[in-house]
Amino acid sequence: MERTEAELIAAVLKGDAESFEPLVQKYSPRVFATARRYARRESEVEDIAQEVWLKAFSKLHSFRGEAPFEHWLMRMTVRTCYDFLRGHQRNRESSFSELSEPENDWLERFVTQPETAPHNADAARLLVGRVLEKLSPPARLVITLLEIEDRSVKEIAELTGWSVPLVKVRAFRARGEMRKILAKMASEKYL
Amino acid sequence: MNLVELQKKLIAAARANVPGDQVPYAFEKRITALLASRVAAENMNLWVRGLWRAAVSCVAITLLLGAWAVLNNPATTTTATDDFSKNFESTLLASVDQNDQSQ
Repeated sequence: MERTEAELIAAVLKGDAESFEPLVQKYSPRVFATARRYARRESEVEDIAQEVWLKAFSKLHSFRGEAPFEHWLMRMTVRTCYDFLRGHQRNRESSFSELSEPENDWLERFVTQPETAPHNADAARLLVGRVLEKLSPPARLVITLLEIEDRSVKEIAELTGWSVPLVKVRAFRARGEMRKILAKMASEKYL
Repeated sequence: MNLVELQKKLIAAARANVPGDQVPYAFEKRITALLASRVAAENMNLWVRGLWRAAVSCVAITLLLGAWAVLNNPATTTTATDDFSKNFESTLLASVDQNDQSQ
């Protein structure tokens, strides 16, 4: 008979580390999908996922069971991704002059005929990846959660541990930061 | 260039690009093995920490007793030792002394 989540967690807390495996198996796809939003290399994604599970194991005693385990785990995942962003800010200073040919073509097309530049093109995805990499960690996190994942301010506050007013302030600053980066890209390309 | 429109297009591009949720082969086994080794290491650490604490207390007690022995009044100690040796000698040689006196 398959054990419930609560039974598995209780067994882990009693010292049976093996009972943690079904939880890892069940929720790893969500952890990996979230980590892939913030890390590009697969080795970095794996490091984040591993870190999340090790943290989850060591802090399992703080899980009170009032909310689903998945929510508790996703909060931990988002916070680990934020720590990762703060520790890996290497690409923020790179220039837009190194854009690939498809990216340049997509931008040219956007400048001449904005409505015909497709948003689902690979070049647009690469370009937005570059722009996101240049954002500061809080700005990237808030843009990803608010604009890309379409979450509410309240949800973001719960996931990040920030207050609702702080999320709003950071969202406002993040939009401004993104616009500045786009303006810099435009000036580098067309001035 | 219309930056607001560009921002919208790029956000739409990011939304359309849903990241995959594939997990590397046997990832859960790797995590379980890692946790098992960590638990073993943590148990070992508990023992090591306990033994270190015991060792430190033993050293502290030894030092305190040593200091007490050194700082204790040497004259009294010597007298007591002398008394003890004299008493010991007289007790041991009591039968010989008795024989000498009777002769």
